[in-house]
Amino acid sequence: MSDVTDIGLWGVPLAIIGGAIRVSTPFLFVSLGECITERSGRINLGLEGTLIFGAMSGYAIAVNTQSPWLGVLGAAFFGMIFGLFHGWVCKFKGVNDIAIGIALMLLGNGLAFFFGKPYIQPVAPDLPAISFGWWSDIEQVRAALQVNVLFIIGLIIALFLAWGFKSTKIGLTVRVVGDSTDAARAIGLEPNKIRLLSTAAGGALAGIGGAYLSLYYPGSWNEGISSGQGLMAVALVIFARWNPINCFWVALLFGGAGALGPALQSVGISQGYYLFFAAPYVLTLGLLIATSSPNKAMESAPGELSITK
Amino acid sequence: MTINPQTNHTQSAASVEAINMTMKFGEFTALDNVGIKVKPGSFHALLGENGAGKSTLVKCIMGFYHATDGQVLVDNKEAQMDDPKDAQAIGLGMVYQHFTLVPSLTGAENLLISRVNAPNIINWSDENDDMTAFIDKMPFKVPLDVPVSRLSAGEKQKLEILKQLYLGSRFLILDEPTSVLTPAEADEVLSHVKKLTKDNKVSVLMITHKFKEVTKFADEVTVLRRGKFAGGGDVSTLTANDMAVMMMGSETPKVEFNRAPTADDNILKLSNVKAQDRSGLKHILIKDLKVRAGEILGVAGVSGNGQTELMEILTGQRPMTDGAITVQDHPFSGTREQSKKYQVRYLPEEPLQNACAARMSVAENLAFRIFDMQGDKKRFWKSDQDIKTFAHKMITEFNIKTVSTDSPISTLSGGNVQRAVLARELTGDVKLLVISNPCFGLDFSAVLAIRKRIIEARNNGVAVLLISEDLDEIMELSDRIVVMSEGSINYETEANSADITKIGHYMAGHS
Repeated sequence: MSDVTDIGLWGVPLAIIGGAIRVSTPFLFVSLGECITERSGRINLGLEGTLIFGAMSGYAIAVNTQSPWLGVLGAAFFGMIFGLFHGWVCKFKGVNDIAIGIALMLLGNGLAFFFGKPYIQPVAPDLPAISFGWWSDIEQVRAALQVNVLFIIGLIIALFLAWGFKSTKIGLTVRVVGDSTDAARAIGLEPNKIRLLSTAAGGALAGIGGAYLSLYYPGSWNEGISSGQGLMAVALVIFARWNPINCFWVALLFGGAGALGPALQSVGISQGYYLFFAAPYVLTLGLLIATSSPNKAMESAPGELSITK
Repeated sequence: MTINPQTNHTQSAASVEAINMTMKFGEFTALDNVGIKVKPGSFHALLGENGAGKSTLVKCIMGFYHATDGQVLVDNKEAQMDDPKDAQAIGLGMVYQHFTLVPSLTGAENLLISRVNAPNIINWSDENDDMTAFIDKMPFKVPLDVPVSRLSAGEKQKLEILKQLYLGSRFLILDEPTSVLTPAEADEVLSHVKKLTKDNKVSVLMITHKFKEVTKFADEVTVLRRGKFAGGGDVSTLTANDMAVMMMGSETPKVEFNRAPTADDNILKLSNVKAQDRSGLKHILIKDLKVRAGEILGVAGVSGNGQTELMEILTGQRPMTDGAITVQDHPFSGTREQSKKYQVRYLPEEPLQNACAARMSVAENLAFRIFDMQGDKKRFWKSDQDIKTFAHKMITEFNIKTVSTDSPISTLSGGNVQRAVLARELTGDVKLLVISNPCFGLDFSAVLAIRKRIIEARNNGVAVLLISEDLDEIMELSDRIVVMSEGSINYETEANSADITKIGHYMAGHS
């Protein structure tokens, strides 16, 4: 530990930046997934359950195959199954997407704990990270700039989605369906099918977010692995105004807020420790209140979304 | 490389002819042997009241409905349209009354995604060039780069028309295209459409019930009345009065009712009542309107001239911006307390939606005015027994046909729903009854029964305000008639001495 330089209070912003990058990845994946689903006019609150099941299945597959990437793929696959189920159930008349989401959240939790019991002990290989801090001699800087490959993939997906919503037929189709079922039918689209596929894609991304949790940070499987990231990501999408690029920035912001507590603790500020841990939740509440309006529907909100109707 | 629909734009206007169209829905004949011919490059108006069969006719042409009988010729060749896509494929397009654009997409995105052959990956710079080239050939412009939700109603309507042309339509049906526009916007949009027809780009069939638009823009007109051809021809040879008479008709014999004399005291008074209309762009202004006890005041008018708003003002659903309503000389704003105190009752149009809770039972619906009362006292616990007894009494008295008092009211036929609402509203002491289109869509026997009840109420000293789009109904029931046009009353006459042509004249907006 001799090369640890004492950088004093500078450690706080540095730890926040590092934490933001580390903690934000699951937020990023879940919110991008939810962004696709919500743009098609449905809300999938079950992504919290999908995230946890993704964490478990990804970890289990990585343990068994010794390949973290196969774990990520497996998590995406199971996430997609959850998404398909949500999308399929929601096509029936009188079914509420929010209620189904909550049911799926609990189901995902329960199944993950059930199947995950034997995997609490074994150790799975970690996902690789890229060091962007090689130029620095300071250990803390290098630690902060260890960026996981999934984070970079997430950024690429965000850019790709932003482009896709604008410049691909599929992207436009999803937006049409999300904005007006009637208009979609008039053009000859099948809203239920498109929403099913969008929810499946959203579930797959949420599954990957889960795999990140168990395979990189914190990097092990246990029952307390998620602290509500899946649910907060839903709020995050609303705050990001259903824009994938905004999702990226907001995920970073939430990640940073989550890193606030540990960062302050590392420099010896331990008073109000639990309060700082609550920062992301306080931020969620604050942002939702600040960005809502009592008498106006949110602009740019997909018109068919049940919460903004 | 796929074929762009833009290549179709060099094609010229189509002629469309419907021959001997008949459409039956079960027993009901919505369209009876109607023919219409829209010449290439002409602007043809289709006039008629609500329920006259206009929509049915165009839906048959567009392939939404399969006509019971008759055929459609496009460019003098028989065309078989099984669904709207077939119609689109041979160049027939329709602009609906309600916008079908996707609000959060830009104009360009809307145009592109409605194309059948939209590319999987969109090269926006090429597409934008194409669209600019297309727009440049059109007589009017709409900004294509902003979300449709930010466009005005007039711009949206223009974009709908552009979309149809972009998709290659050579024949356009416009379904009341100006109903959501201001008069200035309406004028602008229609003169552009007129220009398109003159340039032989497209032929137009416009559904409307505004005479002004017909005389100003259309070349030819076809008038429908109760599912039948009621007249038509060159617009230049017809006056608005001629068309009004074709549209309303005046041939039905008047049923005479025994009428008790009218009292002198005014029950309902409206003075200088002002409110915004549905579009929020125009105003309703009722300067002076009085209804006496034992009198039926008929409010005639072509629909969309403020009658719905007047009803909403009287029921307290639409805020007044100025003026006063009094009932028996007390200020009145339509609350439940007030209508109970001053004995005001309502019979709104489409009673199943506007006066009933459709899924609640017949008994519960009948009890809406009494469920919280025990005689004159308020009660806290409701009594199912009382509600049931009351329902049975009403069902026998008003001859309501229902399986049981517990069936949902939505299972009843239209006439029986109307009877049930009448039963509820006419029970107890009633001083004022406000009615809107009470017989719309009902069969003959139900119509007669309901009209009898209204006259009976009148003879018992109830003041009745009857708003109706059916001129025959107004003539038959009213003691006094006023005409509503563009949000205010422009004519008043005693029913005995009423001249139907004169009423038609004022309904058409002349003064």
